[in-house]
Amino acid sequence: MTASSALSAPDPGASTLAIELVGVSKSFGPVQANKDIHLAVRKGAIHGIVGENGAGKSTLMSILYGFYHADAGEIRVNGVTTPIPDSQAAIRAGIGMVHQHFMLVEPFTVLENVILGAENGALLRPSLARARAELKRLEQEYELDVDPDAVVGELSVGHQQRVEILKALYRECDILILDEPTGVLTPAEADHLFRILGHLKEQGKTIILITHKLREIMAITDQVSVMRRGEMVRTLTTSETSPAEIAELMVGRRVLLRVEKGPARPGETLLEVRNLSVTDAKGVARLKSVSFAVRAGEILGVAGVAGNGQSELLEVLAGYAPATSGEVLFKGRPLDLSRHTNADDRRDVGIAHVPEDRHRRGLVMAFAAWENSCLGYHREERLQGGFGTLDRDAIRDLARKGIERFDIRPPSCDLKTANFSGGNQQKIVLAREIEREPEVLLIGQPTRGVDIGAIEFIHNEIVALRDRGKAIVLVSVELDEIQALSDRIIVMFDGAISGERAAGQTDERELGLLMAGIDPGKGRAA
Amino acid sequence: MTPALPRWADLVLIPGLNLALAFLVAGLVVVFIGEDPIRAVRILIQGSLGSSYGIGFTLFYATTFVFTGLAVAIAFHASLFNIGGEGQAALGGVGATLVCLAVPWPHWALALPFAILGAGLLGGAWAFIPGYLQAKRGSHIVITTIMFNFIASALVVYLLNNVLKAPGMSLETRKFGEGTYLPFMHEMLGAIGIEMSRTPMNLTSILALAAAFLTWLLIWRTRLGYEIRAFGHSEPAAVYAGIDPVRITILVMVMSGAMAGLMALNVVMGYQHRLVLDFVGGAGFVGIAVALMGRSHPVGVILASILFGILYQGGAELAFEMPAITRDMIVVIQALVILFTGALENLVRLPVERVFARRARG
Repeated sequence: MTASSALSAPDPGASTLAIELVGVSKSFGPVQANKDIHLAVRKGAIHGIVGENGAGKSTLMSILYGFYHADAGEIRVNGVTTPIPDSQAAIRAGIGMVHQHFMLVEPFTVLENVILGAENGALLRPSLARARAELKRLEQEYELDVDPDAVVGELSVGHQQRVEILKALYRECDILILDEPTGVLTPAEADHLFRILGHLKEQGKTIILITHKLREIMAITDQVSVMRRGEMVRTLTTSETSPAEIAELMVGRRVLLRVEKGPARPGETLLEVRNLSVTDAKGVARLKSVSFAVRAGEILGVAGVAGNGQSELLEVLAGYAPATSGEVLFKGRPLDLSRHTNADDRRDVGIAHVPEDRHRRGLVMAFAAWENSCLGYHREERLQGGFGTLDRDAIRDLARKGIERFDIRPPSCDLKTANFSGGNQQKIVLAREIEREPEVLLIGQPTRGVDIGAIEFIHNEIVALRDRGKAIVLVSVELDEIQALSDRIIVMFDGAISGERAAGQTDERELGLLMAGIDPGKGRAA
Repeated sequence: MTPALPRWADLVLIPGLNLALAFLVAGLVVVFIGEDPIRAVRILIQGSLGSSYGIGFTLFYATTFVFTGLAVAIAFHASLFNIGGEGQAALGGVGATLVCLAVPWPHWALALPFAILGAGLLGGAWAFIPGYLQAKRGSHIVITTIMFNFIASALVVYLLNNVLKAPGMSLETRKFGEGTYLPFMHEMLGAIGIEMSRTPMNLTSILALAAAFLTWLLIWRTRLGYEIRAFGHSEPAAVYAGIDPVRITILVMVMSGAMAGLMALNVVMGYQHRLVLDFVGGAGFVGIAVALMGRSHPVGVILASILFGILYQGGAELAFEMPAITRDMIVVIQALVILFTGALENLVRLPVERVFARRARG
């Protein structure tokens, strides 16, 4: 009774709701991204918003932060109807946002980034001094652990994210929106982030967490709202629900969080890596004498905290980074590791690659989907139209087949790639690489930033490829994913392999120790 | 985050508004020096489009700008900013001249393919060096191409002084043989019974249309164009796709330089019939404005070239008719157009996007 009277209380100060969205709708052309959304976020709570990619979470938050304007509906902040025409207004209303892709000036220091746009005067020195003192306080209060004088470009992704949080706190926000904050973090960094969020909550801040990772929702939120296809399906109290229930609401059907796969039937060795080492331009050893083999019909999982040499390994294998020493044999024949322009030769022999970073590498965002459907394969005989031209019809046909087979939405091969959601962009890459039935598929972070429905689909495609007798090297920082898919697992730590395990004969604890460079079998690894 | 504009607004409305603004400010300048801006505009339009004489000159200038504009546009698609069109065109002139002087050509149709080759080859070679330096050594192309303009200018002076100079006072080569003269437009039209005043407009104008079409074909239809665009949008993605950045950078610069060099066909082979010092006359730089205003699309480049042709021809008439408006004033007006269409593009774009966003909201 008291709760319901508080809900309808006209007195703004007495409201228990930090944010209230009433009947918010938004369409982009024919696409309705948000349909009549009602959302109530309690003060001092951590409120999760989950949904598949394209469910409308980011659009909703962009409306709240003033990037988009709702076609209908209203926003109430602390019980008061507040129009938010731009992000300045959002900041004035006490709303801060940490974007999925950070908005930081890399050559600037942490301090300079924090005061950027909030300098309070033409001279920098006084505001820097004031900001320094304030940062010190914030940092200690929330365990942020960032050096104000560090150059942002040199910080790890986790630290950069904390700079974003600092920026919001410095602007005295009471309501913090985080958009997929753990997508780019290592597990340890994610844990640290959750501790920070915990501190923020203790201080009475309200946090809205957009994610599609159910584990995070279960771990730290108080309430969770589920979105599906632009609609708000339901808001639940986290302690009274289960991951299975949320997952079901998200996709509207039951999903298997585990991949169903039969035992591997490994054949001949397809790819053999021998003493592979890479030293970067600064003289830092990135890969240290790595050796392993992959056989036809098996999935080799490469686990490890991000930044321990997995990226370099993929780059060398995929042919766009040279190795310093060592060799790689494909069906017994050595591959050229000397140049950074061997990507083409790799495709020719039958090694396909889904890169870790689809935005920068796997796709040209400004291209239409059909143009990306042949990126890297645009020299194929069947796609040539004569006189040096490309056969656009052939490429479009291929793209349409990929769209159909991989259920890419919206099913339009003329749409600009940047306008697809993350999961569908990843499907465009996968469709392209799997369609060619490669002998070896190198995959980096196949489901980063991808929704549950698409994860299941992608996992099944990977297993199906294995069952067709192909070799797969799967690099992922998601231990769940490695465990669910791999037949064998190698763990990388500090550029070297810290251990190898058969998938069935290990557990998360053991892999976690290996990821930290500790081999439980042998004591500390090299 | 701002919603994209409809295509027509992007392609027509914004350049139109930019142009209107440029002319508004130019009009104020005319008022300021005590002349009637309306009359000035009338003279400008009348002088450039009011007669077949004016049209001929306008299109003659426009033809030159199409080549230099396409040159810049091609490089833009690979995210390369070639501001060396001036020098590349100068070298193209040397190439065309060498071809025309080397052989007593019996007929222009025979000389033309070799002149195209000569102009393209030398223009391309002049762009190859900055291209190579950027691809292999990381020397920024903006710096090297602009410096190569000065080197080219010095080189042409040297050649005209010491190697190619005709007897006499002026710095120019001897006249080419008549077998190299490209047919003038008034001759060609006369042959099919259409009257046209004598102007420098010549066969090259048709070649310019062909060049624009071939550029479109290259960029949007060929495999090489696909690779150029992929590289221009994202170098990491291009490398992932097996596209060699070194190869693309050098190739695009050579093609861009060759295109700039071809402008010499219009001026040297089609009109002056000898190599004259400073025959390029800033056309290389106008090419940058043309490519910016034409949004690097061949059709846009043609339209922007015609606009600049109007400014050149109409401006010359204006300077003649209105003594208060000097040649330098014309340059000011041209500069305003470049400023508003190229450099200050976002001045108009942002408010227009806001209007469209509001309209979309209803």
